[in-house]
Amino acid sequence: MTNKTGPGGDVRLTGIAKTYGAFTAVHPLDLTVPQGSFFALLGASGCGKTTTLRMIAGLEEPSAGTVFLGDQDVTALPPYKRPVNTVFQSYALFPHLDIFENVAFGLRRRGLKSVKKQVEEMLELVQLGEQARKKPHQLSGGQQQRVAVARALINHPKVLLLDEPLGALDLKLRRQMQLELKRIQTEVGITFVHVTHDQEEAMTMADTVAVMNAGRVEQLGAPTDLYENPRTTFVANFLGTSNFIEAEVDAKTGEDIVLKAGGGKLVLPEARCSAPAGTGGKVLVGVRPEKISLTHADDAGEIPEGRNRITGRIADSSFIGVSTQYVVDSPVCPDFEVYAQNIDRDPRLVPGAEVVLHWNPAHTFGLDAAQDADAGVEEAV
Amino acid sequence: MPFVNWFKRNLVVLAGLLTLGYLLLPNVVVTVFSFNKPKGRFNYEWQQFSLDAWKDPCGVSGLCGSLSLSLQIAFWATLGATLLGTLIAFALVRYRFRARGAVNSLIFLPMAMPEVVMAASLLTLFLNMGAQLGFWTILIAHIMFCLSFVVTAVKARVMSMDPKLEEAARDLYAGPFQTFVRVTLPIAAPGIAAGALLAFALSFDDFIITNFNAGSTVTFPMFVWGSAQRGTPVQINVIGTTMFVVAVLFVLVSMVAGNRRNRHKA
Amino acid sequence: MSTLTEAPPPLAPEAPEPKPPKRRGRFMPYWLLLPGILWLLVFFALPMIYQASTSVQTGSLEEGYKVTWHFATYWDALSAYWPQFVRSVLYAGTATILCLLLGYPLAYLIAFRAGRWRNLIMILVIAPFFTSFLIRTLAWKTILADGGPVVGALNTLHVLDVTSWLGWTAGDRVLATPLAVVCGLTYNFLPFMILPLYTSLERIDGRLHEAAGDLYARPSTTFRKVTFPLSMPGVVSGTLLTFIPAAGDYVNADLLGSTDTRMVGNVIQTQFLRVLDYPTAAALSFILMAAILLMVTLYIRRSGTEDLV
Repeated sequence: MTNKTGPGGDVRLTGIAKTYGAFTAVHPLDLTVPQGSFFALLGASGCGKTTTLRMIAGLEEPSAGTVFLGDQDVTALPPYKRPVNTVFQSYALFPHLDIFENVAFGLRRRGLKSVKKQVEEMLELVQLGEQARKKPHQLSGGQQQRVAVARALINHPKVLLLDEPLGALDLKLRRQMQLELKRIQTEVGITFVHVTHDQEEAMTMADTVAVMNAGRVEQLGAPTDLYENPRTTFVANFLGTSNFIEAEVDAKTGEDIVLKAGGGKLVLPEARCSAPAGTGGKVLVGVRPEKISLTHADDAGEIPEGRNRITGRIADSSFIGVSTQYVVDSPVCPDFEVYAQNIDRDPRLVPGAEVVLHWNPAHTFGLDAAQDADAGVEEAV
Repeated sequence: MPFVNWFKRNLVVLAGLLTLGYLLLPNVVVTVFSFNKPKGRFNYEWQQFSLDAWKDPCGVSGLCGSLSLSLQIAFWATLGATLLGTLIAFALVRYRFRARGAVNSLIFLPMAMPEVVMAASLLTLFLNMGAQLGFWTILIAHIMFCLSFVVTAVKARVMSMDPKLEEAARDLYAGPFQTFVRVTLPIAAPGIAAGALLAFALSFDDFIITNFNAGSTVTFPMFVWGSAQRGTPVQINVIGTTMFVVAVLFVLVSMVAGNRRNRHKA
Repeated sequence: MSTLTEAPPPLAPEAPEPKPPKRRGRFMPYWLLLPGILWLLVFFALPMIYQASTSVQTGSLEEGYKVTWHFATYWDALSAYWPQFVRSVLYAGTATILCLLLGYPLAYLIAFRAGRWRNLIMILVIAPFFTSFLIRTLAWKTILADGGPVVGALNTLHVLDVTSWLGWTAGDRVLATPLAVVCGLTYNFLPFMILPLYTSLERIDGRLHEAAGDLYARPSTTFRKVTFPLSMPGVVSGTLLTFIPAAGDYVNADLLGSTDTRMVGNVIQTQFLRVLDYPTAAALSFILMAAILLMVTLYIRRSGTEDLV
């Protein structure tokens, strides 16, 4: 409990699962969170991310599997014997104790007599030295959040668990606290496991993100990886917006797959295709809206060779300052979304205009066509 | 027409204040008549101002004895009902168990039952068991009817308490006992205090159930009842007035203290 | 005292509560419940059974009583004391309605119009509780005394002529008449009406009044269509908390009334403590209990607020 960041701070979950009667909250799951990393569990509410976190904390008993902290099997340990601390959703600060006593709580329970210096230092770290004798309800949301972090961090846990810690804050404060938490994590070097439903938050803060859906980890990786190369429609839709075209495999040429969609051909790098792609098989071709360029049909000749292209008609456009968002009606996909940077706006690109959509094949990804193309759309915030 | 309009707008205020007057009038009468010097045995008509009763509040035989008995019973009944009721409230909020509906009904029914019914049926029980009526039978009865009110008060408080607070305590190295003492109990305390206060007031002022189950023991309300038949000493008004003033002061002081504490913190 | 208004859920099945956390001690809840529930079983439920059994016994004090399933006691008791039953319902009902009429403006005043006086008025409503209610009830003897200012004023205004004609008062007296008893009942149980009313009024969002006004409702319409319907939970629990104890009360009828105003509580008390006719007293008490439980159940059903009491 006392060694700050010594070796063996990995969190390893092996075959961990949780069922409530007939309902399975978490399917058997293997997960390793490396020592010192900032790890995010991302998913919609009810996906099992919080249950997973609570099993690490010891607040929930797993129905099967083991929890390791380093080499130590802590599965049977109650929460108050685990070198793990939690920042709770809506903070759970003790309303009857002042800020100082809230922060000192863990130290006192472990029998430390002189806590004054440590508590004061910790309050300085989170910039709350002046507020030590106030009660939690007298602080603002952001201040309460920092008390909750201080109360957990002062115990030098091997792992800090954060359960939607920024959910109660307004947007601006949330952005600020994201950076603040990231700074603290870098400073203390403790492993952070962060549960959130906000994909931007997860991508901003975490080194590694695990996207959870219906009790399973759908995909795990660095934020850019997950965004650029999603392997399921759920991940593709949950992390941002994606366009999907159902296509048939026509041929393979070296490292690329050539696909037929509608009347045209599309190219997809084989490395970016997570679906089995035999000739004649179906593949869902995905592309992010901001990767696509929009050219008026009259200028179609000016589009360079080697780009994937699709024709359509603009159904709707909305100007949102930094970009313009178009919805394009195309024979291969009814609502193609395109985000165009407002650099040189072409006045002909108005609803009703015939256009060609084109993008670099390297930005294409291929998914198994057997899944629902809209998975995760509803859940994404 | 401005007066008519003003009257229309403030009609509800005037009606409310009239009701408040109706509620407080008897207390005014009790206080005024504590300075009376009645002619006969009954203190119902104003004669002349006197401080006699205030100088000698225990001057009537049996009065202060009954008062002290009532205070004792109220104390023990409060203690018993608060303890038992708090345990039940925690079980109801924190655990799932069989027969929950039956337990809820058993707690609700005493509050929905006319006192005279509980009084009469409890007396049949005591008579059948051959129990000696007196202090103990009164205490048993009082704990019984105060219990439900304590459960209600504590339950409301514990239910509004965030279960995450206890999880946070356990997460911060507090074992089950420490969690209860350091977090659960302090947070539930206002509910327990409210329940205890209510139990004390109910027990101290109870007449109907006590009258059935007291035998020859005389509590303060029974003394008042008896004096209504034999003659009402002025000292009764002295005690009634004192109780009212003490209660109001108690509430005012605790409110001012609460306000000051809040202002201090802000 | 506001806890009075938050009685636990009744016999109806509970609304799904947030799932209590699973604990390791499976028998823990039973240990917690045991002492209190045992107490209620032995000193509340068991006496009810004893009382039911006593009501069908025959015998005498000297020779002892035996269960003979003598149900005729019920019939005899009802035919002898039906006027007292009728009076109980009538007096308690009148007092309940008066409590509602008097209590509503005060609860409304505290909830919406009192401003910074709110706490003070609240204290003044609750504080009388702490003076023995018997002493306060005796004070009504002074207030309503023959030839006193109240009676004098009522006489001058010819109110007493009307009430005498209705049978509520007798001659130029108020004491020892039904009016005095109802007045005492109303006074004694008024706080039990005000507190639940206040609790439910206080929960109403003040903006609803503005919204109603904005949507062309005059103040009186706003009250009828918005405020009053939203305060129904308070009205229901307030009327119950007033009616039930009032119907079983015998103190007001005894102190402020006469032999012509005796209620069923007086009869039970006399039969039990003076006449020592236990079977009759038990039968009367049993009938009162059954009647009240029946009325409460029907009332809660009708008002459709099963989760409120």
